[in-house]
Amino acid sequence: MDLTLTPEEQAFRDEVRAWIADNHPGPAPGGGDQAQFEFERAWQRKLHAAGWAGISWPKEYGGRGATLIEQSIFGEELARAKAPRPANVLGLVMGGPVVIAHGTEEQKERFLEPILSAEEIWCQGFSEPESGSDLASLKTKAVKENGGFRITGQKVWTTFAHEAKWCMLVARTDPDAAKHKGLTYFLMDMEQDEIEVRPLRQITGEAEFNELFIEGAYVPDENVVGGVGNGWMVAITTLMNERAGLGASAALGLANALDELIALAKERGRADDPLIRDKVARLKIGIEGLRLGAMRSLTATMKVGTPGPEGSIAKLQWSSTNQALTELALEVGGLGALRSDSLWAYRFLRSRANSIEGGTSDVLRNIVAERVLGLPKLR
Amino acid sequence: MEFDFSDEQREIQATARDFLAARFKPERVRELAQSESPYDDAIWNEMCDLGWPGIALPEEHGGQGLGVVELVILLEQTGYALAPSPLISNAFAGTVIAAAGSDEQQRRWLPGIASGEERGAAEFTNDPGPLVGAAAGSAVLVLAEGDGAKLVPTDEAALERIELIDATRAYFIARAEGGDPLPGDIAPAVDAGMVGLAAESVGVAQRALEMAISYAKEREQFGRPIGAYQAVSHRLADMLWDVEEARSLTYYAAWCADAQPESLPLAASMAKARASDSATSVTHNAIQTLGGIGFTWEHDVHFFLKRARVSAQLMGSAGQHRERVAALAGL
Repeated sequence: MDLTLTPEEQAFRDEVRAWIADNHPGPAPGGGDQAQFEFERAWQRKLHAAGWAGISWPKEYGGRGATLIEQSIFGEELARAKAPRPANVLGLVMGGPVVIAHGTEEQKERFLEPILSAEEIWCQGFSEPESGSDLASLKTKAVKENGGFRITGQKVWTTFAHEAKWCMLVARTDPDAAKHKGLTYFLMDMEQDEIEVRPLRQITGEAEFNELFIEGAYVPDENVVGGVGNGWMVAITTLMNERAGLGASAALGLANALDELIALAKERGRADDPLIRDKVARLKIGIEGLRLGAMRSLTATMKVGTPGPEGSIAKLQWSSTNQALTELALEVGGLGALRSDSLWAYRFLRSRANSIEGGTSDVLRNIVAERVLGLPKLR
Repeated sequence: MEFDFSDEQREIQATARDFLAARFKPERVRELAQSESPYDDAIWNEMCDLGWPGIALPEEHGGQGLGVVELVILLEQTGYALAPSPLISNAFAGTVIAAAGSDEQQRRWLPGIASGEERGAAEFTNDPGPLVGAAAGSAVLVLAEGDGAKLVPTDEAALERIELIDATRAYFIARAEGGDPLPGDIAPAVDAGMVGLAAESVGVAQRALEMAISYAKEREQFGRPIGAYQAVSHRLADMLWDVEEARSLTYYAAWCADAQPESLPLAASMAKARASDSATSVTHNAIQTLGGIGFTWEHDVHFFLKRARVSAQLMGSAGQHRERVAALAGL
């Protein structure tokens, strides 16, 4: 057991830290509009030029081939420096890894480089109005037609749809097959008249997500990933990548927020309030628990290929801690924190989605119960 | 960075688990808990042969020269087995003397503590009085005095047995005039002691979780195992969360005690607070999962709940440790 970085890991961290210090673009413009997006795109170009964009991708596909520990260090350093996110985050974290794992050589040739450079933005078309946690029940149809498929249906919670060139779309190609078996994974060109993107205004007032209305959009055969009928298996890879993205850097983001909350408590004269102190300590412990659990998971994954039981609770820890943290900030901040332009109000409202997005806490508890504890299935 | 036990440490863990499972079968623990003294001298002698009493004490005094991490590995397993044993009290006394004792005090007491032939026992709390575990049969007591501690030969102290709800340990109020003050700083050893208690509580919680899981798989109501119902399975998932988070924090604090002492005060209080809350909450939830049978004397789970509850109160409650965490976090 040694929780310090090895000399090699330290050298890597120093390299990352120095690069970020020299290249940090300063505070983001904020607002979630086009200017914000172009800012993130410029940041990703910078990352890519220095070889950081696809840090987890194999070198042969333009990535860095970094080890898990290096990826974790990199994420932590970005969080520590409060660096912006790269514009094409879904392409980097989900799309690229899926094409690398399941794509043809032609697909790798065609799609990977523009993901890294942020030239082509990716979005994800999985959820539907009637299919959330029960994703495999989705109804969007893909009907075979000369050399490709015609897609008809509706998708929802589609981040970046208005910026995206490509959509990772799961649609039903065989209505008669069992529910998990009739699905296919497509890369759908978003630049077609048959796709309508409508912004979906959310609780915060902004429109981070969209709805997609697809009326006979066309996808050629060469844009099927992993073969017709294998969409569920391919989609699961995507979701696993989404969950593996959490961990040490998430804990660091929370630690930054807790520092701000402590400063707020002092500023507001609440630092001596024993109830506030107790809640702050609970948050500190929760954040440290998440960070240390991530380190245990990382070690287990590097040694045996999979994280231990501690890995299955990371998302639950993160979402509940972030929610508790922003709620406490409202209590400490008073009505000032509830002004409509307050950053704490925004964070509080946004955090309500944390226990829903990327696997609801309810479904995650089902997964822990069935796969980790070995309890019988309800169904 | 590697957050996992080494092969040697895994070996210690496996040996401890097997040994304790064989010696402290549930019937034996129950028998000991219902007897005059809960400690079994024959099993203690076996633990001494394994070198456990001195596992974290320096080799020059007859210890194994290993660290708090190895001690914590043992204590997690004694908690898991709910082993009635003087191990933790003796280890705590040894840790304090090794950290803060004069050369002479160390030479006088550590070899006996390390071999287990002349046990020590250290004060866990001062409410309702100087409370010491496993004092009877020990040779020396480490009692708090001001910010430090003093050594008192046990036969010079007035011992009064105090019956707590946890009958798997013998607790005493120990009062003594005079005594031989320890010249050094006891704070790091006290923090390490908290981590030891936290480790025991993690083991207690793990065992209670396993009891609840196996019952939830077997017990059928309304035609299916109760573990298939989400009201039950989600509670069990949250219990796993409690156990794993406490475990991560406890292992980390043990590592800090050995390798990064400047981080120990915060790490120890985080571990103690979380492990105390986890063990109490998990044992409560285990009883809820077991239903009526969990409320009976006949089922073993109540012994775990009682140990968890008493340990949570030793060396500072969770709330007191959170106050320390808040202060160390800069509030």
